[in-house]
Amino acid sequence: MMTRFLTLFAAIMLAFASITPASAQEPLRLTLRDGVIEALPFALPTFQAEVAGSEGMAADISRVISEDLNGTGLFRQIPASAFISTPANFGGTITFPDWRAINAQALVTGAVAVNGNQVTVKFRLYDVFSGAEMGEGLQFVGTTDGWRRMAHKVSDVVYSRITGEAGYFDSRVVYVAETGPKDDRAKRLAIMDYDGANVQYLTDSSAIVLAPRFSPSGDRILYTSYESGFPRINILDVATVVRQQMPTAAGEMAFSPRFSRDGRQVIYSLANGGNTDIYRTDLTTSQNIRLTNTPAIETAPSFSPDGSQIAFESDRSGAQQLYIMSANGGEPQRISFGNGRYGTPVWSPRGDLIAFTKQESGRFHIGVMRTDGTEERLLTSSFLDEGPTWAPNGRVIMFARETQGSDGTTGLYSVDITGRNLRRVTTPQGGSDPSWGPLQR
Amino acid sequence: MKHFIKFALLIGALTLSACTNAERFNNSDAVDLNGANGANTINQFALDGANNPSSPQFFSQTIGDRVLFEVDTSTLTAVGRNTLDGQAGWLSTNSDYLAVIEGHADEQGTREYNLALGARRANAVREYLISKGLASSRIRTVSYGKERPLAVCSEESCYAQNRRAVTIISIGQNS
Repeated sequence: MMTRFLTLFAAIMLAFASITPASAQEPLRLTLRDGVIEALPFALPTFQAEVAGSEGMAADISRVISEDLNGTGLFRQIPASAFISTPANFGGTITFPDWRAINAQALVTGAVAVNGNQVTVKFRLYDVFSGAEMGEGLQFVGTTDGWRRMAHKVSDVVYSRITGEAGYFDSRVVYVAETGPKDDRAKRLAIMDYDGANVQYLTDSSAIVLAPRFSPSGDRILYTSYESGFPRINILDVATVVRQQMPTAAGEMAFSPRFSRDGRQVIYSLANGGNTDIYRTDLTTSQNIRLTNTPAIETAPSFSPDGSQIAFESDRSGAQQLYIMSANGGEPQRISFGNGRYGTPVWSPRGDLIAFTKQESGRFHIGVMRTDGTEERLLTSSFLDEGPTWAPNGRVIMFARETQGSDGTTGLYSVDITGRNLRRVTTPQGGSDPSWGPLQR
Repeated sequence: MKHFIKFALLIGALTLSACTNAERFNNSDAVDLNGANGANTINQFALDGANNPSSPQFFSQTIGDRVLFEVDTSTLTAVGRNTLDGQAGWLSTNSDYLAVIEGHADEQGTREYNLALGARRANAVREYLISKGLASSRIRTVSYGKERPLAVCSEESCYAQNRRAVTIISIGQNS
């Protein structure tokens, strides 16, 4: 059912083709702060076909790179119709004045060669105003069925060299694919590229499946399943699509699981006698620890990146609010104090922010706050937004949005942590509960 | 809800107190005799249908298989307790039956919280039935959170129907 993982050979540095001229110009750098509003204009002439018959692949790869970069909202592609000249051959001399004249700040050139089922993608990135290459040219070699991943890898390098931060394009998202009306909805686990391409289904829709969560390395997925008639946590191996029930502490229902950073521990909710608390289970020893012990609802736990703390939601104050406690339990600290109800805290991979779902006056919001609860910022607003998940670089949040009314449908969206660049992620059917996996190797 | 079934009772002694649990019992056992006389609708029920006090249909339709809750609460209402008194009586009499209490929430809430809220509601019903003398081993609970709405509009009229705990009965062995 799953296609085999693409094996990418290590990127091989190309030899320098030219001596980079010294320049008084500041090197190109897009610093990602809240103030980045003006998208950086870049030129990306369609990659050249180095081998006859590679033209289609070269065009496809160029298109995906463009979509990746444009999709960030941080870059703006200059249309080819504005180009004064295009590079005669990959690695040849760049006529920088032609690119300066159309105000391109970055230039990406590339070449694609298809030999049988093998694809080679080469590219170079130029800082147009200083007239210098940014970093060395790189090439990726892989199989034709993994061509999108190679395009995403180029995008990741370009993004990273210009912003100084890791990219997020060569990553996958597991989510719940939804079909059917609200009162007869079928749910299946599905996995896709971050941009909605290459959807594959991991389960059928015979039992309700909820809230899949990637392991930090992307090799396993935790999710809640009603296969047994009662909510239980399953672990699914991504490569083999083999699933098994996770051992938990004894309870009537187990749900809302999440991995620790090392992938060895799972925190989750267990309901017993109507009371929901948070537990931790070590997958290697099967040892269970109860972390909360109140009559309130404690759920949606999420580890800090260093594993020392857990963010979760509790209604112990009378309404859903966010708390942080030690990974070993103990007295938690409340961090959300605004109006409304706060749920589903998710710690950012950088550790600096917590994303959450906020419900206030009949509206739902995805927001972020610092881990001490300050600088709360709502990023979205709709009838029903929920379930935030972080891009691997902590710059973008994906979430699910459900529309109002009898014909309500679900869909996946992404938004920058500044609140800009809200975008629908195109999926074949409805989608909910996304979990963004790591950058692939 | 897909299959609401209208019942007009042939024998007037019985009154309906709740809507049907159509997901499970969608055969009404009704024969429509509404023929040449036209004016009056007369439904005839087989004896193992809703008229038989030992039938699951009687339980779900006449006694009422569900109780409703206010927003974000799991407190049983007076109407709900009355329904559960009937359920407890029926389950006492029909001791072959086991019950699973399904707790549900409306769509106004996050998925995880609603699962936990549904568990609270299901447990409130279970505790009440146990307090009326039923063996705890006969009653299990499960929460569906907001995953199984009955009514699909995004208004209080629908939400009120979805904030429910439904008692599903089956003949079976205690597990």
